[in-house]
Amino acid sequence: MAVNRMFRTCPSSGLVFHEPAEKLMRWNAVAAVVSLLIGGLLAIGVVLTRWQAVHLLPPDMFYQFLTAHGLNMLVFWIIFFEIAVLYFAASTLLKCRLATPRIAWGAFWLMVLGALINNYSVFRGDSSVMFTSYAPMGAHPTFYLGLILFAVGALVACFVFFGTLVVARAERTYRNSVPLVTFGAITAAIIAVFTIAAGAIILIPTFFWSVGLVEHIDSLMYKTIWWAFGHSSQQINVAAHVSVWYLIAAIVFGAKPMSEKVSRTAFLLYIFFLQLASAHHLLTDPGLTSNWKIFNTSYAMYLAVLASMVHGLTVPGAIEVAQRKKGYTQGLFQWLRKAPWGNPSFSAMFISLIGFGFLGGISGVMMGTEQLNLIIHNTIYVPGHFHATVVVGTTLAFMGLTYFLIPVLFRRELMFPGMAKWQPYVFGLGMSAVSLFLMGAGTLGVPRRHWDIGFAGNLFPHEFPGAAWLMMALGGLTGIIAVIGGGMYLLITVGSVFFGRKIVTPGFQRVSAREGMAPPAPQVSVSGHGTATAGALVAPGTFVLALVFLTAFVLYYFINWKYLSTVWPLK
Amino acid sequence: MTISYTSERVWWKEPLERTELIWIVIALIWCLIMFFMMPYWHIYGQQNLANEAYRAKPADFMQKTEDMIAKYKVREEGGEQKIPVVRPPAGADVFLVARLWSWYPMLELEAGKSYRIHLMSMDWLHGFSLQPENINIQVHPGYEHVVTVTPTNPGTYSIICNEYCGINHHTMASRLYVK
Repeated sequence: MAVNRMFRTCPSSGLVFHEPAEKLMRWNAVAAVVSLLIGGLLAIGVVLTRWQAVHLLPPDMFYQFLTAHGLNMLVFWIIFFEIAVLYFAASTLLKCRLATPRIAWGAFWLMVLGALINNYSVFRGDSSVMFTSYAPMGAHPTFYLGLILFAVGALVACFVFFGTLVVARAERTYRNSVPLVTFGAITAAIIAVFTIAAGAIILIPTFFWSVGLVEHIDSLMYKTIWWAFGHSSQQINVAAHVSVWYLIAAIVFGAKPMSEKVSRTAFLLYIFFLQLASAHHLLTDPGLTSNWKIFNTSYAMYLAVLASMVHGLTVPGAIEVAQRKKGYTQGLFQWLRKAPWGNPSFSAMFISLIGFGFLGGISGVMMGTEQLNLIIHNTIYVPGHFHATVVVGTTLAFMGLTYFLIPVLFRRELMFPGMAKWQPYVFGLGMSAVSLFLMGAGTLGVPRRHWDIGFAGNLFPHEFPGAAWLMMALGGLTGIIAVIGGGMYLLITVGSVFFGRKIVTPGFQRVSAREGMAPPAPQVSVSGHGTATAGALVAPGTFVLALVFLTAFVLYYFINWKYLSTVWPLK
Repeated sequence: MTISYTSERVWWKEPLERTELIWIVIALIWCLIMFFMMPYWHIYGQQNLANEAYRAKPADFMQKTEDMIAKYKVREEGGEQKIPVVRPPAGADVFLVARLWSWYPMLELEAGKSYRIHLMSMDWLHGFSLQPENINIQVHPGYEHVVTVTPTNPGTYSIICNEYCGINHHTMASRLYVK
């Protein structure tokens, strides 16, 4: 069969798109947005139920909505989008044809099928087992089957990505090393492979258990292996959204990493240490020793946290260097003041960076500290944390990328550009507030995944303090603001993709690349990367921001130890 | 596009920028401090989980719980439900059953005294959440987890379940008295 080697060059960005890869990216992105829509509608039910004054849904529906919300957001929306990012990072950034497009389509339809089957099982009503589906609580067999099919599809897509890297190497479509963004995507894909392997190890026996072929699933074994899948998939997200930060910094500012060595080594640290994080979820569980917990929960010695702290400096640092080159050199922060705050790609990326670091990162380390986990485990502090990492961090970064992709990939003009300017602020700040209020309520002991903290009709109701109720109400209110922000995103993207004005380029055509050759590439201007300079720091403003971050981190860390020291002694 | 890697050097031979170097050193020191806080607290801190846990059968655990109730029961609460309240002596082994959807039995402890509380679930996963102290411990079926606690202040505390355990999860709440 002849290999399709048709490419087009985007006139505004100079990016090169392989015809089959382009179509696959679009379809994966569309499937992602559809999942986000479903997850977002479900979020309304969840938010309005936990806001005790509204208490919208009955318990069965609440738990059902919460299960489906978690799966559609955390699995289907994010992974479909990540597959699109992987194809972009391999095919477009390396100017290479996508390996085996037919297999990539197979992977896509397998993922769609898996997502549909899994949603079917939850909407049946007998699989409200939450995202974590802890055995021995059992779901309908189709629940596990759907997840397994989806995971197999995602795994196949990862291998299409790896295959494309091999083709690019063989056909010499790039010189020297792959771009940093592709490097980050490779990190994400490698983590994805062992994550999905862990998922298979636990979900396949659980599926057999659900149909009666396996007699017993040990709860501790399930939880340990499940989190090797569940937590690691969040690490795929981290690697993917950090790559997107670098990508947006490069697109918007022409920013280059201060040093490739540092940024790439930080990605390597993710590969080496992120997988240990299964332990974060087992810190108050019996049967595991403290040595095991301490080593694993800290990613050896917080080496993956170190990696994120490095990216947290190098991404804004790269932007600062690029801005200073353009002449924004006054004081510490002129480069930041003069940043394009009205460009939704930039504002989304920057809010994502700050939210992920200050809210998600710091709170994540608190929960992942063996003893501090005692005062946090399974409280609503946990959803507070991951709405900062996965929603403000990953989702908002992906939203920022979407605004870039609509004209470039879908060749449509952005509809409602005025609304798009505001969307990252409404969504990002709304969700950041949700996170803060949930963390506040969690500190006061409010449990997660709980239908009624008023304990109406209970023999021995617990009375939470008024502050906890207030926090939950504010979480509900800001949750609605975040949902509105999400709705704005959906309106803009769906509107633009289907009804946006088509971008017509005179003389548009796809060009065939000769075998063994890169497609006709736009000229690359070769200039030096950031070089080590003597004397003054190249990014002083970023360094000051990093020190502010560190101060907040250190203070909050010891405040939590102080709080822990006041609870009942345990040993 | 500036996205491509344009240097002729291999990436690991690229120079290191000074801002980054200083930050990496600071961040690494902080990571090590956080790492050593955990073993430090095991030695000098008061709030640690022991590594004491046993595999156990639900029926055996239930038997031990009933034996304890027979010995230390002081009264019943909860009207129709007649939930036993036990008052074990200081230092005693105390058994607390988590099941769909209740905690069994109710405990009455003395402030300043230590107790070895054995936690186990009879069925699914549950979450022991002591409020308003906010001490949270995962409870598994088949694993008997022994935690030595020392209540500090007298009062009426609540034990709620904070691991989702099905439709009546939110009704799983009990009391713990400290005299």
